Amino acid sequence: MSTRYDTTGIKVGMWIFLYSEIILFGGLFVLYAVYFYRYPEFFVEGGKELNRFFGSANTIVLLISSFTVASSITALQLGRKKLTIGLLSFSLICGFIFLVNKYFEWGAKFHHGIYPNSEKLVEGEPGINIFFGLYYVITGLHGLHVIIGMVLLAISLVMVAKDIITPQRIAMLDNSGLYWHLVDLIWIFVFPLFYLVL
Amino acid sequence: MGEHGTHHILSYGKLAAVLGCLLMLTVVTIGVSYVDLGFFNVPVAIGIASTKATLVLLFFMHLKYEGPLIVWSFISAVIFLAIMITFTFWDVAFRY
Repeated sequence: MSTRYDTTGIKVGMWIFLYSEIILFGGLFVLYAVYFYRYPEFFVEGGKELNRFFGSANTIVLLISSFTVASSITALQLGRKKLTIGLLSFSLICGFIFLVNKYFEWGAKFHHGIYPNSEKLVEGEPGINIFFGLYYVITGLHGLHVIIGMVLLAISLVMVAKDIITPQRIAMLDNSGLYWHLVDLIWIFVFPLFYLVL
Repeated sequence: MGEHGTHHILSYGKLAAVLGCLLMLTVVTIGVSYVDLGFFNVPVAIGIASTKATLVLLFFMHLKYEGPLIVWSFISAVIFLAIMITFTFWDVAFRY
């Protein structure tokens, strides 16, 4: 039995998985849209409670990390292994900074009594409760994707170092990169919907 | 490996230019959020986000250089999402 290396098949498989992720987050955004339509004034009020500085900083961190991941694939294809490893390490640091920011952001909200099933949310306006419910579900699920993306990038980094991922055989790094860009893609919509609602 | 199996190599310069555009659009969307455009608040924010998403998809995710199979399957997924959103809104808007 011969083992053929099907580049196109590997890539198509990854994309099909990404479609399921897009539909998953799409469903949550539909939920957001419907409740925004119903409680616009409370969504604006809730949005003002969120820290724009953290939101903007995390947007920039994710965009830069997406760039370094895309560059690491270029670097590998050009046969520059050390640069590839450097760029991937930098991307991992960006992911870590994102999570640390998220930790402080959620921590501050918890401190102010805003967390799922907290007295302030349950006794208060339903519009605010729904806004923060969606905020925790969507940013939480997104955060989980950041962690999975970091694991995939870390595995790719080790595989590049051990010459398992080579310029001739980049699928693992390529697909991990696609996953990381998806994480960025989702945040691009999360940011204006939650932090920038007027 | 098919005819389009050879992986396209994007230059660092091109990727950096895309990053520059993305950061610029981020500044624009933050700036615009301080201006009250009334009804247009949400469409403008979503429009800028969609432009950023398109840039990420085309260049960072190499969609511009992929074969018809990936391009058309992606477009189908987007159409499915659009149908899902539209039908939900028809239901919500005309329920009462």
